[in-house]
Amino acid sequence: MARMNMVQALNSAMDVMLGRDPRVVILGEDVGFFGGVFRATDGLQRKHGEHRVLDTPIAEGGIIATAIGMGVNGLKPVAEIQFADYIYPGIDQVVSELARLRYRSAGEFPAPVTIRTPCGGGIRGGQTHSQSPEAIFTHVCGIKVVMPSNPYDAKGLLISAIEDEDPVVFFEPKRIYNGPFDGDPHKPAVPWSAHARGEVPDGHYTVPIGRAEVVREGTDVTVLTYGTMVHVCEAAVRLVGVDAEIIDVRTMAPLDVDTLCTSVCKTGRCVVVHEATRFGGYGAELVATVQEQCFWNLEAPIQRVAGWDTPYPHAFEWDYFPGQARIAAALRQVMEAS
Amino acid sequence: MTPRSRLHVPSPPARPGQEPDFSYVQISPAGAVPRPDVTATAREIEDLSVEMVRVLGEDHRAVGPWNPHLEPAELQVGLRHMVLTRLFDDRMQRIQRQGRISFYIKSTGEEAVAVAAGMALQPGDMLFPSYRQQGLHVVRGRPLVDLMCQCLSNTRDMCKGRQMPIMYHWGKGNIFSISGNLATQFPQAVGWAMAAAIKGEDRLAASWIGEGSSAEADFHYAMTFAAVYHAPVILNLVNNQWAISTFQGFAGGERNTFAQRGPGYGIPGLRVDGNDFLAVYAVTQWAAQRARQSVGPTLIELVTYRASAHSTSDDPSRYRPKDEYRAWPLGDPITRLKQHLIALGEWSEQRHAQLEKELEAHVTASWKEAESYGTLTGGPALDPLTMFEDVFKDMPPNLVRQREELRRLRESQADAAHATPSAAKEG
Repeated sequence: MARMNMVQALNSAMDVMLGRDPRVVILGEDVGFFGGVFRATDGLQRKHGEHRVLDTPIAEGGIIATAIGMGVNGLKPVAEIQFADYIYPGIDQVVSELARLRYRSAGEFPAPVTIRTPCGGGIRGGQTHSQSPEAIFTHVCGIKVVMPSNPYDAKGLLISAIEDEDPVVFFEPKRIYNGPFDGDPHKPAVPWSAHARGEVPDGHYTVPIGRAEVVREGTDVTVLTYGTMVHVCEAAVRLVGVDAEIIDVRTMAPLDVDTLCTSVCKTGRCVVVHEATRFGGYGAELVATVQEQCFWNLEAPIQRVAGWDTPYPHAFEWDYFPGQARIAAALRQVMEAS
Repeated sequence: MTPRSRLHVPSPPARPGQEPDFSYVQISPAGAVPRPDVTATAREIEDLSVEMVRVLGEDHRAVGPWNPHLEPAELQVGLRHMVLTRLFDDRMQRIQRQGRISFYIKSTGEEAVAVAAGMALQPGDMLFPSYRQQGLHVVRGRPLVDLMCQCLSNTRDMCKGRQMPIMYHWGKGNIFSISGNLATQFPQAVGWAMAAAIKGEDRLAASWIGEGSSAEADFHYAMTFAAVYHAPVILNLVNNQWAISTFQGFAGGERNTFAQRGPGYGIPGLRVDGNDFLAVYAVTQWAAQRARQSVGPTLIELVTYRASAHSTSDDPSRYRPKDEYRAWPLGDPITRLKQHLIALGEWSEQRHAQLEKELEAHVTASWKEAESYGTLTGGPALDPLTMFEDVFKDMPPNLVRQREELRRLRESQADAAHATPSAAKEG
């Protein structure tokens, strides 16, 4: 066991997989010699060689397309898109190609590509370095969508993603790369070394894709969330003093409906929280699923807390970010209802 | 008058009712273009992106340094593949017109593009075609029945009813799945080739796009990545003058040739007579040698003409002269190879007629067999529940639930259908 932050855990996952499986290759902008703008691939090219850890041209569509070709030719490419905000030039290759190759070729040409990409705000990134576009990808049939909330899960889920026979879009909430963030930007930063999930095995292990995790057990209300917001929700629950059950969804597609709905049927109340914009967001899918499965157990209308339906504004970041106060208000509202 | 800016809106030289005019197509005499060493740099051979590699002359003889000196037996095989491709296309077009398949795309007039290139490559080389290179399947020995079953979406459909007609794939034959989205396969082929080099394999990738879709960003991605990594890939750009109703000027073909884009990336661009079987074979062979020696990629512009409609959903008489194909200066690929073999004393009109008769019978027999595996209106049919397979390797819970829902729905519909006659009797 070692103490790792999220970047080190991701680096360790790729290092382990490069060592175990000669089919694994890493490609992306700045990932090779330099080791990535967030340092996630630091030292990997030096250790595994420049044919396994490839610097690429600045062309997200080209990175994803060539990764698909490599996957078809038997490799297991891990493509880094430097910011999720930059993924859109590659979206045709993800939606029309990567997601559907297995289907359209009746299983003859699958492309097991992992796309890693940092997402989310709270880093003064403005509208081009802060987005959380996970819902765009969960709407596409044929790809798995994952977002870890801590170093242990990050490494275990990334190894699962690389070993998966299907394509995975792996979102990394960059605000929590270095430590769990509770939504209060004025408090001193907390490192992962103080957190239980900052303890990460050095070698190979997996966290299964498709399984949510109950991160706090409780009886009064279920909070469904993922990524950075897991930690903000924990703080909001402490603030309100409610006995909430907090579930880290971890995999947005395929969704672990049973874990979510078992909890909501137990508590009878539900708050859905994500950083991405509200309208048409992934929370709508969660709310719909809970309503279908748990309607007769619900004591109150389900509440949604999300980013406002505006682009992520640079100067008003903390007015935009769905912080503790908004989550606390939603928790109070579901508790007061009926 | 003060000068003001104006847009130049490209316009083809002739519209319906006007005289066809192909004076814009620059043509070099057969044998006139030198054949450089495969190690030549893009800059050293920039002329080849403007000139046109041609081997078959007006007298039907093969001339010049690009003559691949193929044995007559090989030429006869090439002719056979092209004739079979054309007869297959003609039959499928008629079948579509009879309403027995939903859609079709012919490759008429462009058979040499796929057949000659396919023959110049090794069976292990991976092909990433667009939708008009069915000749590649013919070259690699794909039974026509397989292709027909795909067009029928029947029980032997390789795509299990998931793709429109002609979107074939063939894992064993190393022919990639055809996408309905244009140009996406171009950079994928580059990635495949990069993987071959990473693995240390002696295989190359070849891909085909049209001049129209070369305007997509995927073309630029493919060229950039291929150039940067010296990927062992052959990038074929089929300039058949028309992208549905969009003439090649709208893809940027008015001031430069498409091959000229190659040198801009540091990639040799070869412009070739796409209806000259020997020339297409020769440039493909040259590019393949280059790729295998790790010298790098090649861009090949195949100058040809889309003799038929874009697809069965298209009516070209609305946007180009009806008889334009007859004025096409590079002739017909089948006629030219046939005349060459006759000039060599290795073929005759009689043998050609015999070949056509034999292949017609083969197409007829293939169609008969294909129909026995199911048609759009009758016979054995695919199970709709298979639509949930292959979305993922292992079916996730939501798809298991949805498959079950459809199964129950179909069962209740079947029950209702059975119940109706007896209910009517009682009433």
